[in-house]
Amino acid sequence: MGRPVAIVGSGQTRHGRRFDVSYPELVKEAVDAVFENTGISPQDIDGVVSGTMPSMMEGVALTHFYFADVLRSVGKPILKTETCGSTGVSLAITGYYWIASGLADLVLVVGSEKMNEGDSQATMTTVVEPFYQRYFIAGAPGVFSMQCQEWSNRFGIPEDKVREAATRITIDHHNDAFDNPYAHIKKRLTPDEVNNARIITYPIRLWDVCPNSDGACAMLFASEKMAKKLGLKSAWVKGVGYSGEEYWFGDSEKAIWQCAIDAARQAYDMAGIKNPRKELDVAEVYNPFTYQEMLYYECFGFCGFGEACDLVLQGVFSREGELPCDPSGGTLCTNPIGATGLNRVAEAALQVTGQAGAHQIPGAKLGLAHAMGGVDQFNGVMILGSE
Amino acid sequence: MQKDYNTLENIIRLPHKYAAGPIFTRFYDGLRAGKILGSTCPNCKKVLVPARSFCPQCHANLDEFVEVAQEGEVVSWAYSDKEFFGSPGKPPFITALIRLDGTGCNFLHLLGGDGLNTLENVQAKVKKGTRVKVVWNEDKIGRMLDIKYFEPVS
Amino acid sequence: MEKRAEYDVITDEVAIPYEVAYGPTWTRFFEGLKNEKIYGSKCEKCNRILVPARSYCPRCFVEIKNFIEVDQEGTVISWVLTEYEYFGMPTKPPFIGALIRLDGTDVNFLHLIGGFDLSDPDNVRKRVKNGMKVKALWNDDKKGTIMDIKYFTPVK
Repeated sequence: MGRPVAIVGSGQTRHGRRFDVSYPELVKEAVDAVFENTGISPQDIDGVVSGTMPSMMEGVALTHFYFADVLRSVGKPILKTETCGSTGVSLAITGYYWIASGLADLVLVVGSEKMNEGDSQATMTTVVEPFYQRYFIAGAPGVFSMQCQEWSNRFGIPEDKVREAATRITIDHHNDAFDNPYAHIKKRLTPDEVNNARIITYPIRLWDVCPNSDGACAMLFASEKMAKKLGLKSAWVKGVGYSGEEYWFGDSEKAIWQCAIDAARQAYDMAGIKNPRKELDVAEVYNPFTYQEMLYYECFGFCGFGEACDLVLQGVFSREGELPCDPSGGTLCTNPIGATGLNRVAEAALQVTGQAGAHQIPGAKLGLAHAMGGVDQFNGVMILGSE
Repeated sequence: MQKDYNTLENIIRLPHKYAAGPIFTRFYDGLRAGKILGSTCPNCKKVLVPARSFCPQCHANLDEFVEVAQEGEVVSWAYSDKEFFGSPGKPPFITALIRLDGTGCNFLHLLGGDGLNTLENVQAKVKKGTRVKVVWNEDKIGRMLDIKYFEPVS
Repeated sequence: MEKRAEYDVITDEVAIPYEVAYGPTWTRFFEGLKNEKIYGSKCEKCNRILVPARSYCPRCFVEIKNFIEVDQEGTVISWVLTEYEYFGMPTKPPFIGALIRLDGTDVNFLHLIGGFDLSDPDNVRKRVKNGMKVKALWNDDKKGTIMDIKYFTPVK
């Protein structure tokens, strides 16, 4: 089981098109913020974990070497974790392993992306092998559109209802983003605007899709002994889960999505969670596409299969609902891919320590953070508690 | 049993725009004006070149720019005679680490001029400690190759 | 230096060449396509027929040695009409990517649906339904690549 692990602080950058700084300078902004927020000195860390999506997003392979200086890693061990979209949660799990194993007491974990420096979908195409799938994948939106159609067809959900629920999700999240000082896209959307937006990959339209963001997130993971010594408000890692499936998109079912179900179940078992909808106070679900957020509600046991649309329309997962999901606005409003999953962990940690500011869910004590990666292939979940 | 099967030829092309940020922009502006800019760490007192926003060892923030010497000593060199796809220039070319006078780290650039076009010539003329100086390109665009190369000081 | 929203920007294009080895399984699969045959493989442990053909089962981890010609007709499991384009996109929009369950197989085959006008999304939506039957349409000029199948087209 390993030693207890605490998250003692986080730092996020402002997101958007960040051509006011070079890539390492952007990473430095998050690293400086976490040290400033916690009062910890870079000299005290035992090691660094760093990750981005595919490195070639910004034209520099093996970015953790490029960032060695700004990561304050001179003279320290450095690890890189890279699992595509789930990189952020994989980074957090790597930091968790390092502390839980007893080999380190204080680890800096940093995720980053500068998506505006490259062509994100052209880069993602290189994640797909050149023999077979590359011709058909159509970037991330193409994959998720197919998953959405498979899901709505599997459970016989009328297309209009799926559209209505997706529209509610994107309007809510873009409103939520106004209360998150780090969010990228903040906008008051109307249903007409969303429903008539241009098609990207049918049925996905413009406002169903996350933006290309430049940003970074840094977090400090600590052992119990170190957390007590530091005396900072800490979030505790109660459970972790990570699961993957076959490489080829057509090899496994994506509606009843086994790797998402398994990742959540592993984390729940470890945290002792029996009824996630009742026990969790907040969830930061990875939602690069509106439709996918609903699929996760079902795979994570927040509701039964085929029920998510109805519950979304009833407001069960809204800010004031029974289980608020993505009160930060989530990935849908802010998506620096290599940092996105870590932003979910940072947001869940802020929530359970009562430090989320304007988008705080009152009294939140148990939160879920999640990210998805590969070609719709991996899911990672982390459960954080206030004690 | 070794058997050759088909292969698929494929060139991956990816377009990029790199944000230089404030520090490299100013460093490049310096090159365009025929100057090499570095930064002094107030803590360890090292002059670092190219200029940067913080000292990687002391973590001190650096915002002072200093113009550094355009002459220095060769610390190490490599003679490249192999061209690869996308290589920065036609071989032969000589990459080198140069300690510019008064600085605290090695500057990476090219050696050239003075008949440095064969391995024999380079071996005869370039040693550790050989004094070299900047040769500028006529047309400067604010990039690393505004410095054409460093050439031995006769 | 004064604060600016944008400083200098370096515009660059990274281009890297690859020569990717097909190996025995892909070679035989693509030779099949040249002869207008789609090959799959049967896992002797889970009895699933997997397509494209492969040398091991990703779930049972057992070696597979057989090649089985599979049906060229199947059912649409899911589809997507792509309307946007990105740098270097290998297939030009608009196009319909689809997961197709070829008859008698146990996984979904990823390819295109075509053979009708794709310019109007509303028409496409009326024309393409999950569960509809489609069949492979072959290119005349076959090169031994996945695009030897031009697309799958609705069966009347």
